[in-house]
Amino acid sequence: MLHVSPNTATTGIAKGEVLLSVENVSLRFGGVKAISDVSFDILKGEVRAIIGPNGAGKTSMLNCINGFYFPQEGHITYKGVRRQKVRPHEAASSGIARTFQNVALFKGMTTLDNIMTGRTLKMNVGLFWQLLRHGPAMREEIEHRRKVEDIIDFLEIQAIRKIPVGKLPYGLQKRVELGRALAMEPELLLLDEPMAGMNLEEKEDMCRFILDVNQTFGTTIALIEHDMGVVMDLSDRVVVLEYGRKIADGTPDVVKADQKVIDAYLGVAH
Amino acid sequence: MAQAATAQLDTFPKLLRRNAEARGPKTAFRHKDLGIWQSWTWAEVYDHVRAYAVGLQNLGLKRGDKIAIVGANRPKLYWSMMAAQMIGAVPVPVYSDAIADELAYVLDHAEVSFAAVQDQEQVDKLLSVAERVPRLKTMLYDWGRGLRDYDHTHLHPIAAVIAQGRVQLSEGSDVGKALDAEIDAGHGDDLSIILYTSGTTGRSKGVMLSAGRSIAAATDTVRFDNLSDNDEVLAYLPLAWVGDHYLNFAQGLVAGFCTACPESADTAQNDLKEIGPTFYFAPPRVFENLLTRVMIRMEDASGLKKKMFHHYIAVAKQWGEKILNGQEVPLGARLSYGLGNLLVYAPLKNALGFSKIRTAYTAGEAIGPELFSFYRSLGMNLKQLYGQTEAFLYVTAQPDGQIRADTVGPASPNVDIRIEESTGEVLYKSPGQFIGYYKDAEKTAETMTPDGFVRTGDAGFFEVGTGHLKIIDRAKDVSKLKSGDLFAPKYIENRLKFYPNIKEVVAFGQGEDFVSVFINIDLTAVGNWAERNNVIYGSYQELAGHADVYGIIAGHVDEVNALLAAEPMMAAAQIKRFLILHKELDADDGELTRTQKVRRGFVGERYAPLVKALYDGSTEADISTEVTFEDGRKGVISARVKVKDAKVFAATTGKAA
Repeated sequence: MLHVSPNTATTGIAKGEVLLSVENVSLRFGGVKAISDVSFDILKGEVRAIIGPNGAGKTSMLNCINGFYFPQEGHITYKGVRRQKVRPHEAASSGIARTFQNVALFKGMTTLDNIMTGRTLKMNVGLFWQLLRHGPAMREEIEHRRKVEDIIDFLEIQAIRKIPVGKLPYGLQKRVELGRALAMEPELLLLDEPMAGMNLEEKEDMCRFILDVNQTFGTTIALIEHDMGVVMDLSDRVVVLEYGRKIADGTPDVVKADQKVIDAYLGVAH
Repeated sequence: MAQAATAQLDTFPKLLRRNAEARGPKTAFRHKDLGIWQSWTWAEVYDHVRAYAVGLQNLGLKRGDKIAIVGANRPKLYWSMMAAQMIGAVPVPVYSDAIADELAYVLDHAEVSFAAVQDQEQVDKLLSVAERVPRLKTMLYDWGRGLRDYDHTHLHPIAAVIAQGRVQLSEGSDVGKALDAEIDAGHGDDLSIILYTSGTTGRSKGVMLSAGRSIAAATDTVRFDNLSDNDEVLAYLPLAWVGDHYLNFAQGLVAGFCTACPESADTAQNDLKEIGPTFYFAPPRVFENLLTRVMIRMEDASGLKKKMFHHYIAVAKQWGEKILNGQEVPLGARLSYGLGNLLVYAPLKNALGFSKIRTAYTAGEAIGPELFSFYRSLGMNLKQLYGQTEAFLYVTAQPDGQIRADTVGPASPNVDIRIEESTGEVLYKSPGQFIGYYKDAEKTAETMTPDGFVRTGDAGFFEVGTGHLKIIDRAKDVSKLKSGDLFAPKYIENRLKFYPNIKEVVAFGQGEDFVSVFINIDLTAVGNWAERNNVIYGSYQELAGHADVYGIIAGHVDEVNALLAAEPMMAAAQIKRFLILHKELDADDGELTRTQKVRRGFVGERYAPLVKALYDGSTEADISTEVTFEDGRKGVISARVKVKDAKVFAATTGKAA
């Protein structure tokens, strides 16, 4: 009889080193406090989920990490360096990639071209050669194309390679968006509701891709998701926000049993 | 190595060696990977397969062992078959989408000890049934994604097995010599492969094929269709199906043509366009879907293009087949067809990937004459064949120049066919026929006659004058009218279903005086007609009962009767009376199977008053039936259905050839 058991061995990535830490972060929009005094960390190689009811400040948190917003109080430390105010593209070149809650792709461009845009930051050849599309520019393009084809293969989207993204169903667009984020070869991948609006089969596919990304490339993943089943299955650790505050933090089992979390999701009698 | 060329080529490994010597630099395999077509020559393939075979030996695969092959059409899986055969092991390809229970049964029954699979999905599936397949010890995979963290004690990437074998081959000449000896030890009588039939009734049966017979059959058809090493096919049919193993694997090795593997199942259509194969097979369903897609897209085209398309399709309809068949055609028509080719046919074929096709086959079910002649009129040499796994495919095939929509052609080269008098069942003896069912002597004895003929289970007859075989139905469904004349319900039903206005037909007649039918109209087609002719209707039921609709359908029934009258065996089974059902037959009501096949017996019982009306001469009958709505609620539909007589023709003595 065959004795091969899947996923018994560890992933071979040393978890434990802190990749990014959020310390006492508060974010205000005028008088509205979106995040108040939240601290947590993301370890290298883990899948970290940020959950919470609507308006809990999850996306704002992601936007802070990714440099969209700069918190008025507190610090974000990334790879051991306390971060000053950064622009999103600076965050991107430091190895943080993200996908968006509402798909943000170039609708008129093909899947291939969309994923290719993810390589922009990795392109070194100047405009002159790019315009000529010759010599070093061509060599670089071939190299980038090879990387992009690896991703297309990885995400099993060969059949839509040359189809404009606007014509694709939503589930596939989400997959293309993940592809574009992967094209940056990020160290930290931020996924904002990667499974929103998907059917069960699409969700299962997406889960598999997220786990595969995490295991194959060792990419650290922080994700926001509403589907509790998905979150509990995928993540190593979960942080729960409510009204901008952190109410729980820990492994899925711990979080699931936390009374404050149950109250936040199910409501309490007043 | 010189002796190899003269040695008898009675096994596939010997053919592979011959190909590597005779056409070494010619392309043998292509596979689109990472968006680029990768290719391997015969010399390279031989080299890989040799290394692979040595690698398999190291893992413990021996002569006579069985190795399961599970996955899509990928070069490494084809090489797995070749490498196994090289050392005398027997490949057992399995449908990759088989449910776990079926998979477990086949793997266990075939006693496989090895499995070569495509990817993690297949590995997981095999692991899930591992307990029921106690002999399975070793698994090999082509694509490693997601498998990194699996325990690799009994799990190996195919590439690593090949690499390991190559190292050994380069280290000592003994290894190579031993392998050559293994190839030479192969014999034409050896079991070459076991193909499991998809059992529609009961368990799958393992059809055992011998190397020598397989090659003999493939050699005949390669000659029949003039296939050479300049040909190219796109391998997209399931590996476990006889069609793929015969048309691509066996013919590929015999003729030395190139087998191209698509990037994935989803991209096959696009890959077809890029490759432009010269030999192609598809079931009628595929051709039908393609045609529908073309027609729908033409509807969205600009006015000028639409006009041009329809004009030249009409020209093709009139003259195309005649030109393809080499008949006499006026010069004007030829010129018009030539222009049409330039403007419409060639670009259309190019868009479908059919530009380079020299020979295309279809088989498996009846193909509509309209559909068949559409492709032929474009200048595509589409033909029909009839075959089955037990025959190692071909029983009959249409030779160039004798192509018809309503026959499956005369017997293939070196095939003997006879029709059993009492049942009309087709029996054959073919060069490629199977040795027997694996571990099932009883079934083998049932299928083979004492004098070595194989029963097909299909009823058919030879057309007078042309010697073309016509398959009419499954033998067990064929029955007799009261008069003793043959009644083949499916044959009649299919004839009617070729009309776009008719969606479903149920024929009755067993033990009766004459044949009568229930007809379901096709709401899309008839509804379209109603719209164009200002016929107002409020429901399916109203449209189905409309006098003009009855008129149209009666016309179709009369035409079918005229065709039946021309066939001596069928003339007595003309349709005397028919009615149009007031509701669509539906799987939710148990009237159709989930695969949309009519459950004739059930329909007969459910609509007993209507059947009675067909035979007692009444002109209308009342019926009320319970129906299940899509949300699960039940209701009752009652209707008064009209019964009409059809025109019956005197039997003619068949068309002279």
